[in-house]
Amino acid sequence: MSTSLILLSLLVIGIAAYVMASSRANALSGGKSSNLHSRPGYYGSYAAVWAMLPSLIVLALWLSISPSIIETSIRGAFPDEVKAQPAATQNLNYGMVSAIARGLPKLTAEEVAGITDGSIDIQAKLGEKGVPLAGAAEPYMIEGAKNLTAKTAVSRLVMTGVVLLLAVAGAAYGLRSVAPRFRARNQVERVMLWGLIVASSIAILTTIGIVLSMLSEAARFFAMVPASDFFFGTVWDPRFAGAGGTSTEGQFGLIPLLAGTLYIGFVAMLVAVPVGLFAAIYMAEYASPRLRSLAKPLLEVLAGIPTIVYGFFALVTVGPFLRDLSQQVNGLVTGNYMNFIQAQSVLTAGIVMGIMLIPYVSSLSDDIITAVPRAMRDGSLGLGATRSETIKKVILPAALPGIVGALLMTASRAIGETMIVVLAAGVAARIDINPFEPMTTVTVKIVSQLTGDLEFTSPQTLVAFALGITLFCITLCLNIYALYIVRKYREQYE
Amino acid sequence: MNMMSEAAVEKALDKKMNDIALKMIGKDVSVHYGEKRALYDVNLNVRENTVTALIGPSGCGKSTFLRCLNRMNDTIDNCKVTGKITLDADDIYDPNIDVVELRARVGMVFQKPNPFPKSIYENVAYGPKIHGLARSKADFDQVVEASLQRAGLWNEVKDRLHESGTGLSGGQQQRLCIARAVAVSPEVILMDEPCSALDPIATAKVEELIHELRTNYTIVIVTHSMQQAARVSQRTAMFHLGHLVEENDTDKMFTNPDDQRTQDYIMGRFG
Amino acid sequence: MTNIVSPVAGAVSPAAAPRRDIGIKRRYAAERRFRAYGIAAITFGVVFLILLLSTVIRNGYTAFQQTAITIPVEISEKLIDPDNKRATDPSVLIAANYPAVVRDAIVKQLGIDPSKRTEVREAAAMISKGAPIQLRNLVVANPALIGTTVNVTFLADANIDSANKGQIDLNVPEANRKVSDTQIGWMNQLKSAGAIEKQFNTGLFTSGNSSRPEAAGLGVALVGSLYLMLIVLALSLPIGVAASIYLEEFAPKNKLTDLIEVNINNLAAVPSIVYGLLGLSVFINFAGFPRSASLVGGLVLTLMTLPTIIIATRAALRAVPPSIRSAALGLGASKMQMVFHHVLPLAMPGILTGTIIGLAHALGETAPLLLIGMVAFVADIPGTPLEPSTALPVQIYMWANEAERAFVERTSGAIIVLLLFLILMNLGAILLRRRFERRW
Repeated sequence: MSTSLILLSLLVIGIAAYVMASSRANALSGGKSSNLHSRPGYYGSYAAVWAMLPSLIVLALWLSISPSIIETSIRGAFPDEVKAQPAATQNLNYGMVSAIARGLPKLTAEEVAGITDGSIDIQAKLGEKGVPLAGAAEPYMIEGAKNLTAKTAVSRLVMTGVVLLLAVAGAAYGLRSVAPRFRARNQVERVMLWGLIVASSIAILTTIGIVLSMLSEAARFFAMVPASDFFFGTVWDPRFAGAGGTSTEGQFGLIPLLAGTLYIGFVAMLVAVPVGLFAAIYMAEYASPRLRSLAKPLLEVLAGIPTIVYGFFALVTVGPFLRDLSQQVNGLVTGNYMNFIQAQSVLTAGIVMGIMLIPYVSSLSDDIITAVPRAMRDGSLGLGATRSETIKKVILPAALPGIVGALLMTASRAIGETMIVVLAAGVAARIDINPFEPMTTVTVKIVSQLTGDLEFTSPQTLVAFALGITLFCITLCLNIYALYIVRKYREQYE
Repeated sequence: MNMMSEAAVEKALDKKMNDIALKMIGKDVSVHYGEKRALYDVNLNVRENTVTALIGPSGCGKSTFLRCLNRMNDTIDNCKVTGKITLDADDIYDPNIDVVELRARVGMVFQKPNPFPKSIYENVAYGPKIHGLARSKADFDQVVEASLQRAGLWNEVKDRLHESGTGLSGGQQQRLCIARAVAVSPEVILMDEPCSALDPIATAKVEELIHELRTNYTIVIVTHSMQQAARVSQRTAMFHLGHLVEENDTDKMFTNPDDQRTQDYIMGRFG
Repeated sequence: MTNIVSPVAGAVSPAAAPRRDIGIKRRYAAERRFRAYGIAAITFGVVFLILLLSTVIRNGYTAFQQTAITIPVEISEKLIDPDNKRATDPSVLIAANYPAVVRDAIVKQLGIDPSKRTEVREAAAMISKGAPIQLRNLVVANPALIGTTVNVTFLADANIDSANKGQIDLNVPEANRKVSDTQIGWMNQLKSAGAIEKQFNTGLFTSGNSSRPEAAGLGVALVGSLYLMLIVLALSLPIGVAASIYLEEFAPKNKLTDLIEVNINNLAAVPSIVYGLLGLSVFINFAGFPRSASLVGGLVLTLMTLPTIIIATRAALRAVPPSIRSAALGLGASKMQMVFHHVLPLAMPGILTGTIIGLAHALGETAPLLLIGMVAFVADIPGTPLEPSTALPVQIYMWANEAERAFVERTSGAIIVLLLFLILMNLGAILLRRRFERRW
């Protein structure tokens, strides 16, 4: 039975259990529902849960575990000289075996016989049927493939039997438990509560997943390239992944990427902080409700625009504009019409990213400024301070910790931003203080190392995970610290 | 009932009250919050170097009137003030009158102590600093000390001037706020229920302070406690539902008011 | 009614003592400057917003139109099936020399001498290189056309399309532009014959990717994005709501739930590209899902969207007043019944608003999709979420990297489509909020 058919039958059994259990409960109540502890529907749900939950769990476990058990047993049957080959070759061999296994059902009985005695070329025959093979198949592979097909079939048969049996047994148990004083609702609600707990643990699992997956891949990278070369290296030149996939010739220095990331982030913050902060102050302290209700959403639209759009804007508009501008300026000043700003540059990426960050700064700061109690404002205004004096000398100092927190969060966004820099910053990994030249960032290199054909054994690919975990750690630290500050700040005024 | 005897002493002191100049005059003052009217044509004068108490049940408009006196109502959107209020001879709602300058002359102390989250010293020095009333460090030191002395707080805080003002007790915070207002040397100090958030001992201290400040400043105080009004003020005005019911000498007000509603309120029939 | 002291009793004090100088002028100048900074900041933001949108619209609105050339094509048997074998061998029709058929048709239409090879080549270049395939499909579908002359509408080449839309500056020397003067002349000749016209660009919405700008479309990307959104919605809404209900209504306040809380806030701030790395290593390398499939993209975007939805849902649950909970519990409802019968329905508008905003964010997300291989060149519309696909923002990224002018137009057009979707979603969220906003 196919998996979807099994799922369908489980559903049918579950519904049947529900209907039977609830009607049984109805019958037991003798028409007076107060005789029952719970409403009949809960008895039904109880039976349905017993019918479906254990069987679904077994089904999921079986589906996820059985392939690897079968694989181990097939590989165990490989001839000894094959087992002696390197792991990569072995993986390739097993890939061939499973490809043949996929192809065999498409052949007629005579063709299978022909393949087995070697009278038909298996590679050509299977290719005809739409199952390409990577190389010439050896007899042990065909044997293995047949074995694989047989074992998979047996496994599926047993699984179908076990799962359906379990479902029926569960339904029967659920039905038998129906009794007037049986607390079906409490039982069902306990299952629901566990469902809720599982859902909320997904957040934790995601974090664990991020950390573990990146740590394990990064560990494989650090096994090939020393960590000190990565963290303190000043040259980024990974070369291309070699054919064998294990060449470690390239240099993987993090420093130029980090420098570019921080530099572009710095330029972006130079744009975003003053603009965002003044916009927030104006909207919180001066603007009439009408202006506020108009300007605030307009600025927030900036936050809703996908970053790829900003990247495109930088690429086709801002970059060429800055380049032509520098050309004209240079021409007017020195007479030499050479552009000194490149179209892809730190400046271009920084300015556009800064614009993207304005709404983050302004809405975070707005929240924080309006959280300063009114009494503070009144106290200062009552002494005869002007509004700007009140803002500069009372409100901003009072809001400072919160604002710093907000800026740190914004900075972490700047560091993790990808699409703008991919399109606007360039790919040259250099250390430079000239903002008119292109530089590159950690995120750009993660993208460029992981697009195209991948070989997951080469440092050229794995370095992306080392970069990723560096990025994750930096942004995580910034965020935790920022959250801590903001929380402290909130408590102060609650 | 030594309150009464004290009031009698006050009476002797203020015998020549009617000769005292009028510091502020309110004429036909009305206030609207959007559609809602909060004050109806109030005519009320504030005498120089006198404590004027504004009493009445909650929501009667006494705080609203107080906030008109230094235009703090300007900070509330959709609040509209009509009528005329003068400080000395100046109409304070005249477009030529500057609100900052007005507030430097008419200071305010709020219901809840609201020290800035800065040091005690900076709290007091804030007003003189923004108004440029002191230049050198010595000037500031002197203003801060004098103001804290006036507020009766100096002895309690002189050793920790640079600690945060928010670390003081409630009563000390309120006296700090008074010192902060005094440091600007205003002519009038408005107090909006300055003791409502304080315990009895702290209240007594603040009342004592108000008493002393009277010699140098004109004070208008809003209070919901009639005993407090009787203790600290010489003139009392009674508000009810946005109307000024009665304005009178405090001792007369509390012994023989002209208006039946005042009597009912003072006897505790409503409020 | 009032007992006002008569003005006679207290004389108004004479004009007060000389005013102190408190630097009013200087301070008001500072005040005005400060205000001006604020206005300037807001203006800066708004101006850039307008600039960005107007650039995209100016570059992109033309992408919704496409130049097409309609000419009579003589489908001659001599060129397609000279040996008359099509009855026995259908592959003849597939391998036939269609480019020559198209070339002859345009040459004939323009009245060019077929022996002038340069001119013939230039004339043929005016029609999209996809034309022969279009013709082949036509003929294979209906072999009876062979030997007849039919009017066929071909897409114009991207350069002719640009010239027809007036995007090519004819003052530039001929050598420096992609359209020659002869071609311009022919174009005008076709125009006066009514053979060339601009039509609505349906291909933009139905075709897959192509290396020829005139034939490239968003079909695959739209279907891919649709799959992504469906997966994200189907997974993140129930999981997010369930998680929020537990955390807000049931979870004991202890170290663990505190940790989950901090964790969710942090996850909301993790750079999206990190989710891409997670998807690559867990879903593709570990679990063995196919690369470039929208299923993996959907899973990655789900994980990315969950924190946003959880935060919004918790806020919505918190906004339901405790009195509702007490009322339900007081009637003897179980805690679970209280949540599902009363609290959740009341919080639903807020939850849906948060979900739509989360989905809108996911729709515009690019970086993680690049890492899981959705940046592939896909020409066929995927039938299931397991087949290779792209997504709208990824398509924009891929076209943005193309050099040709015509791709800038396509890219901007694609951005307009993306932004329209986002505007629709956000409008939906706003309407929902307006419609169901409740003041307790």
